[in-house]
Amino acid sequence: MTIFIHLSFSFLSTVTFGILTNIPKRALVATGIAGTVGWMIYWSLKTIGYGLGSANFLAAFAVGCVSIFFSRRKKMPMIIFNIPSLVPLVPGGPAYKAVREFVLGDNFVGFENLMIVVITAGAIAGGFMMTSVVEKIVNRWQVKRTKKRHPDKKAS
Amino acid sequence: MAESKELLLETCLLAGKIMMENGSEVYRVEDTMNRIAANAGEQGSISYVTATGLFMGLRSSHYAQVENVHDRVINLEKIVAVNGLSRAYAEKKISLAELHEALKKVNPTTPSFPYWLQVLSAGVVSSTLMIIFGGAWFDFLPTFIIGCLGFLCAYWVKKVIDIRFLDMFCASLLIGTLSVLAVSLHVAQNVDNLIIGAVMPLVPGVAITNSFRDILAGHLISGTARGTEAIFTAAAIGVGIATVFTLFGGIS
Repeated sequence: MTIFIHLSFSFLSTVTFGILTNIPKRALVATGIAGTVGWMIYWSLKTIGYGLGSANFLAAFAVGCVSIFFSRRKKMPMIIFNIPSLVPLVPGGPAYKAVREFVLGDNFVGFENLMIVVITAGAIAGGFMMTSVVEKIVNRWQVKRTKKRHPDKKAS
Repeated sequence: MAESKELLLETCLLAGKIMMENGSEVYRVEDTMNRIAANAGEQGSISYVTATGLFMGLRSSHYAQVENVHDRVINLEKIVAVNGLSRAYAEKKISLAELHEALKKVNPTTPSFPYWLQVLSAGVVSSTLMIIFGGAWFDFLPTFIIGCLGFLCAYWVKKVIDIRFLDMFCASLLIGTLSVLAVSLHVAQNVDNLIIGAVMPLVPGVAITNSFRDILAGHLISGTARGTEAIFTAAAIGVGIATVFTLFGGIS
C-alpha cells in the first residue's frame, strides 16, 4: 500500500509540476514515468539505509538515463524530461528551512539544512554528469552501427 | 552582405534570448546559436552566453552584438519551439528571414496550460509531495487549498507590483498565516508539514540544482548568477515564514 502511494503520488507530483513548467502535452506521461523512477530509487535506497548523497546521485543518474531514452524516442530535448522529474528530489524545502532557522536564530539547525542543500544539489548534478557520459557512449555506438550498416551514408 | 550578417546575428541572439529566459542550460543555448550561424554559412562564430546576457560575434567580420536577459522563468514549451525551428532551418525547410519572423512569434503564440489548471496543479504538487515526504493524510486537503492560494498570491503580486522577490515573500507570508490559522482552528495537525508542502511549487530547488550543473559544466558565471538568484528566492520565502512565526510566537 505504501509503495502504491509512493508510486502514484510521485507520478502525480511530477506531472503537475510539468504543467507548472509548461511542458508539451505529449511529454507529460513520459515525464511522470521519469519522475516516478527517480523517486522510487531514491526512496528505496533511503529505506535500506543509503546516505543522502549516494541515494540522490543514483536517483538522478536513473532520471537522466530514462530522459535520454524518452528524448530519443519522442525527439525532444532532454531538459523537458529531467527538470520536472527532479521535483521530488531537489532541495527546495531544506533551502527555505535553512533561511527560516537563520532568521529565527537557530544557526545550528540552519547550517544542518544548508549542508543538506549542498549535498543534494551536488549529488544530483554529479548524477547528471554521469548521464552525459552514458549519452556520449550511446552516441558513439549508434554512429558505429550506422556506419556498419550504411558505409556510404553519413551518420546523423 | 552586411545586412544578411546583421540579420543572422539578430536571429541567433533572439533564439538564445528566448531559450535563456525560459530556463535552458547554457551549453544548449551556445550550441543552438552556433548551429544557426553554421547553417547560414558562417563557420567561425563565437557565442558567449551567461545567465544575464548574451554576446555573439562572427570571426569573418567585425560585427558583434549583445542582448540582455532580464527575467528567468521555466517555460519548457518555448525551448521546444526554438529547438524545432532551429532544426527546420538546419534541414533548409525555412529561410533565415522566415526563421527570424517565426522566432519573434514564439513568445506571444506558444500555448500554455489554462490558468485554473496551473493553480490546481500547484495544489496537487503541494499535497502529494507533503504525503511522500512523510506527512499525515489528515493534512492532505488543507495543504492542497493552501498550496493553490499561495500560487495564486505569487501570481497576482507579480502581475500587479512587479518587484523581484516580493511575490515570493507575500506568498510565503500568506502560506504561513493560513497554516498557523488552520492548525489553531484544528482543521490540520502539523504546521511544518503544511508549510513544506505549500511552498513546494515556489521554492527554487530546480534553480539550485541547475546552478550546480552549470558550474560543473564550466559555466562559472551563469552558475553563480543562477545560484545567487535561487538563494535570494529561498531567502524571501524563509523570511516570509519566519515573520509569521515571530508574529504569532512559538506555535509549534
